[in-house]
Amino acid sequence: MEQVETLNKIEVCNLQKCYKERRAKKRFHTQCEAQEDCRVLDGLSFSIPAGCFVCFIGPSGCGKSTMFRIISGFERPSGGKVLIDGNQVTGPSNKHVCVFQEDGLFPWFTARQNVAIGLGTNSNEAHVQETVDEYLELVGLAGFGDHYPHELSGGMRRRAEVARALITNPEILFMDEPFGALDFVTRLQMREEMVNVHQMFDMTILFITHDIDEALQLGDRIIMLSDRPSTVAWDMELDFPHPRDLSTSPLKEIRKEIYYKMGLHVAL
Amino acid sequence: MALRYFGFLLIFSLLVLVWHLVVTLFDVPEYVFPKPVSVAKAIEEMIQSGQLYRNSVASLFRVTCGFYMAVVTAVPLGLVLGRKSHLRIFLNPLIQFLRPISPLAWIPIALMWFGIGDRPAIFLIFLSSFFPLVVFTTSSVLSIRTTYLRVAKNFGLNGLDLYRKVILPAALPDIITGIRITLGTAWLVIVAAEMIAVKSGLGYLIIDARNSLRMDKVVAGMVAIGLIGLVLDHIIRFLERMPSVEWSRLRR
Ligand SMILES: Nc1ncnc2c1ncn2[C@@H]1O[C@H](COP(=O)(O)OP(=O)(O)O)[C@@H](O)[C@H]1O
Ligand SMILES: [Mg+2]
Repeated sequence: MEQVETLNKIEVCNLQKCYKERRAKKRFHTQCEAQEDCRVLDGLSFSIPAGCFVCFIGPSGCGKSTMFRIISGFERPSGGKVLIDGNQVTGPSNKHVCVFQEDGLFPWFTARQNVAIGLGTNSNEAHVQETVDEYLELVGLAGFGDHYPHELSGGMRRRAEVARALITNPEILFMDEPFGALDFVTRLQMREEMVNVHQMFDMTILFITHDIDEALQLGDRIIMLSDRPSTVAWDMELDFPHPRDLSTSPLKEIRKEIYYKMGLHVAL
Repeated sequence: MALRYFGFLLIFSLLVLVWHLVVTLFDVPEYVFPKPVSVAKAIEEMIQSGQLYRNSVASLFRVTCGFYMAVVTAVPLGLVLGRKSHLRIFLNPLIQFLRPISPLAWIPIALMWFGIGDRPAIFLIFLSSFFPLVVFTTSSVLSIRTTYLRVAKNFGLNGLDLYRKVILPAALPDIITGIRITLGTAWLVIVAAEMIAVKSGLGYLIIDARNSLRMDKVVAGMVAIGLIGLVLDHIIRFLERMPSVEWSRLRR
């Protein structure tokens, strides 16, 4: 048992989360029972080896973001535990960087200043500028360093955020529906770039998405969560080379299976 | 921009015109409400004698001192209160208790403590600005988006760095709005304070003019107060256009 824990980068054991709901709120939830109402995560367990690109999918409101905040150390679980490198998570760390669902760039800083935040404070100025420019270029934002977030498009803001995360050289990158608010074409571009990023950097990526195709195209593994209170509904490995064509046979079947498990009956 | 100034001039000319018509049509005596022409003459006279300039500077000096002292103490206190809930629980009742007491109610005490002169007036301005600024700053810190705080925590920002790079800039647009509103109040208070506590300033000028039954000078003083208030507001609005503050207006 001990050995299994040290082999995996992330070990999630029987994770539980309940939110205390205010009494007034409770009355309006007619369908659920009072007890069930606040339960978001109900015994979530999985383990993730180092370097794995894991995609999480699940219905909206099932607790994906909640799980993400717990694993990255921003919230306490109500029960169960999360181990990273065999150590219990007690708080956030700059070795495990998050790209949150909401816009996380500081709007009072330029793109360059934002990315520099990732480098911390104790390094010399010339080195900082050089490194920041390098990472801005990596995400395709060369020349936009002096723009404020409100002067950038949604896609560019996300790129800057990815640059800020990558510059810390994290061991784990958490991304919570990072491209959910972007238009379709930008989303496709970002997908391609995420594949490159994962190949360039040696890190474990936990990627939440509501886009099943995105998960199929990116993930070394897909973990599907059930509706609230959520548990692991399906956990599968995708051992296919990139770039992936989703219209070819094995991936097509898998997609069908996911749709089926999600209770969707659409023709593909 | 040009349109804005044009609109400004238009509305003021209209106001003066209506004022003139009403006063002449109803044959209002000068000691009840003076004609625009008499006020203009009074303004000219007071500019010539240096009276207007001297008293405006006196009032502005007091407001600047008192308000500056309030900003440099209230904003840091508010920034800390916004982050430390324990401290907030202790100090908030006290602040909320002192805040609704009008600064004018402090006049007797101010005179007792500081005697006659600039100092009691400065103290009153300080009081009138301090409490609202603390409350504004605290609430602007409390309304910083959680995501920004999480990002800061994620990248290991803490202590002074956290304040400098995240808390202060995130709260700054709201703080500046608070400063703008509070400065308006301070300007209101100074005139009232000068009517009672001191022998110079625009408030004193108005009371003095009334005592010598010069209604034209009273209205001239009011015009000066209004114009200076307008200019003060404009200066603060420059702050709102700084690139590190502008984001809150331009976002979405
Ligand atoms: N701070 C909170 N307090 C109470 N309930 C919460 C809180 N955060 C999330 N929830 C509830 O937990 C459930 C899961 O939310 P979330 O993790 O954001 O879902 P997802 O990201 O999968 O869409 C939702 O029903 C939401 O109402
Ligand atoms: Mg979510």
